[in-house]
Amino acid sequence: MNGMTVIVKTISSWVKVLIIVFGVYIVLFGHLTPGGGFAGGVILASSYVLLMLAFGRRFVEDNLPLSLASKLDCLGAFLFMIIALLGFAYGGAFFANFLYRHYLPGDRFALISAGTIPLSNMAIGLKVGASLFLVILTLSVFRPSSDEPGGRGV
Amino acid sequence: MSVFYVLLLLILIASLIAIETRDLLSSVICIGAVGFGASLMFLFLRAPDIAITQIVVEVLGLIILIRATISRDLTFISGDREFFGLVVSVVIILVVFLAGMEVLAGLGRFGMPVMARVPDAASAAYIEGGLEKTGAANVVAAVILDYRAYDTLGEATVLFTSIIGATVILRKEAKEALSEA
Amino acid sequence: MAYALCFLLFVIGLYCVVVKKNMVKIVIGIMVMEYAVNIFLIMIGYRAGGRAPIAAADDVLAGGGLSDLFVRSCVDPLPQALVLTAIVISLGSLALMISICIRTYERYGTFDITEIRRLKG
Repeated sequence: MNGMTVIVKTISSWVKVLIIVFGVYIVLFGHLTPGGGFAGGVILASSYVLLMLAFGRRFVEDNLPLSLASKLDCLGAFLFMIIALLGFAYGGAFFANFLYRHYLPGDRFALISAGTIPLSNMAIGLKVGASLFLVILTLSVFRPSSDEPGGRGV
Repeated sequence: MSVFYVLLLLILIASLIAIETRDLLSSVICIGAVGFGASLMFLFLRAPDIAITQIVVEVLGLIILIRATISRDLTFISGDREFFGLVVSVVIILVVFLAGMEVLAGLGRFGMPVMARVPDAASAAYIEGGLEKTGAANVVAAVILDYRAYDTLGEATVLFTSIIGATVILRKEAKEALSEA
Repeated sequence: MAYALCFLLFVIGLYCVVVKKNMVKIVIGIMVMEYAVNIFLIMIGYRAGGRAPIAAADDVLAGGGLSDLFVRSCVDPLPQALVLTAIVISLGSLALMISICIRTYERYGTFDITEIRRLKG
């Protein structure tokens, strides 16, 4: 998969920072404003998809290879399960919000509040972002047999 | 409330065009219009979480669809199936539609949710206890990650499995393309 | 009446899945059905003149609970929780269906399902 022209490459290398910051904001503040782990994870994946469309598949694959993306995916799911099991160990029930009830209540409407909810949001955001990046990278490696040389960018 | 009818009409027209047109690129673009209209519907139905998620998922879905269809040289479609099967299918679908209208008449009026009619509904308990018991100002986040976290675990499992399935199905050609390139 | 339009959208998607011959059109029909179901679920939970279920600083009483006005004027958050996961799952299943379509095209050379039934590969 080839990249695009110089204008697209320059602009997308500036815009990708904004998209990643926006995605991280949506994930972190999921318990106070609309958003949450799912929307933020999809936004993080789409920043890498922008890079893949603008610079070509090879550039992104050197940066974040398939094996690392699948490891991040498994790490996100594993973190989510660890938070659930810790709730079982310290709170008495699976998925109990043990941080809010016993250890760290936090102030209302602050960033550090609501116990395990921001941690779960981060785990889900990591998992969803890595999964969707993985599937779009796999779909783009697969080239059709009747492709003309020079490519059409997609 | 008339904005809902206008948006639903736009969504219906776009979906009819997406289904009936012969060019695959036009179909995919009309599906993008349907998804965008759905996101606007969610915004007017007071669901901002869902509107954000719908629009970003729509963009990624369009990229996946275009990747599958446009880089093939077969972008035009031949006609439908034979006439008798078409008529039988349309008749059965019409019967399904009429039966569904009977069922929908038993639902409440649009604009009156369950928790307004039934005093001890679950949603009322979630809203009342949301800030005190979980500490999250966003009640939807409190519901999906504290009250109903099992559903989120199920969703993470389903997403994981479908992504693994897609990767495995495409893997053999991907390995050949990676090893030759 | 609004529910009827939503169900009409679902039936249009069902017609597309049953009648069309091209595999990508069938996938598009499944997507239309998913949009219809998500819109219908959120429409069930709508309260006329309601507000989004996100608490602001002036909805909190002195004791820590939420004010009665907020509870009585909020839309239903439970269908929104269901639809949030359903939207992301529909993206995963779209990826799976499209990967099946791509492999079938590479194997048989066509997207037409009547051709695929004839060729026994």
